[in-house]
Amino acid sequence: MPGERVYPDEVAAAFPAPPVSFTDGEGRDIEVRDFDGESAGGAEFDALVEMYDDFDPADRAQGVPPVGEDRVRDWLDTLLEQDGFDVVAWHGDEVAGHATLVPDDESTYELAIFVHQSYQGAGIGTKVIEALLGHAQTEGAEFVWLSVERWNRPAVALYEKVGFETASAESFEMEMAIRLN
Amino acid sequence: MKVLVGIGGADDSLDALEESVQRAVETGDELTVAVVENPESDRDPGGLVAEAEAALTDAGLPANVRELSGDPGSALVELAESEGFDQIVLGGGHRSPMGKIKLGHIAEFVLLNARTSVKLVRDDAG
Repeated sequence: MPGERVYPDEVAAAFPAPPVSFTDGEGRDIEVRDFDGESAGGAEFDALVEMYDDFDPADRAQGVPPVGEDRVRDWLDTLLEQDGFDVVAWHGDEVAGHATLVPDDESTYELAIFVHQSYQGAGIGTKVIEALLGHAQTEGAEFVWLSVERWNRPAVALYEKVGFETASAESFEMEMAIRLN
Repeated sequence: MKVLVGIGGADDSLDALEESVQRAVETGDELTVAVVENPESDRDPGGLVAEAEAALTDAGLPANVRELSGDPGSALVELAESEGFDQIVLGGGHRSPMGKIKLGHIAEFVLLNARTSVKLVRDDAG
């Protein structure tokens, strides 16, 4: 069981598991697929690196994603080698967004999601986060938390929309949490 | 420059100490270390005092180490103000498994409440 963080009592509704295909608000065909560590090193991994390498530094939060291709590769290697869950939103062979769950202890995972600037505002974030939660739910994950800068209202609104609740709001960053199973 | 380093035992505070000692050796900063009680750390304040004294002495600096009681953030702010320090130095936070930076509670309090300049030390090998 998690420590001080407060999780909702209610288990969230079932989320759609990947693959999830849809047309985004700009008419682009997007597919969200799960992405595992074995993809590291291949063309798909390079496409993911490229998305982060081209990510607007102004949209970074709490120091992630890191800046510079080498640091991006190191950071992604660290994320993917852990026993967590990842999904990537594809527009053809270009990465539109990525969401990840990194294990914190045996039953809790930390969530982060990034949508590239040219794909923001088209409803992709909601689909990506739902697919990630659906993937983790299917695999039996229970508790998911995240931290978000409290002034990042669009992000907080997205998290609330999919069912996250405020778990702790005493710091510059607020924490939100959801119960999947 | 008169510098006050606050350490409560979290790893980032020890990085701040190390960096400040190094800088004091190079620049001649007048360094004081304040050991505070950080509820987020398991290290015991007595041990921290000894550790800080050793770090200063090893570097050939005067062993100015003070143990502060009470609320750590406000004790640091008050000491910095009442004794005319130019800068408070603190650890710059720790990273979550995801790699996100999270500031400690003491740093958040001091940043918002100090009249003194505040320096956060970040030790990022990556």
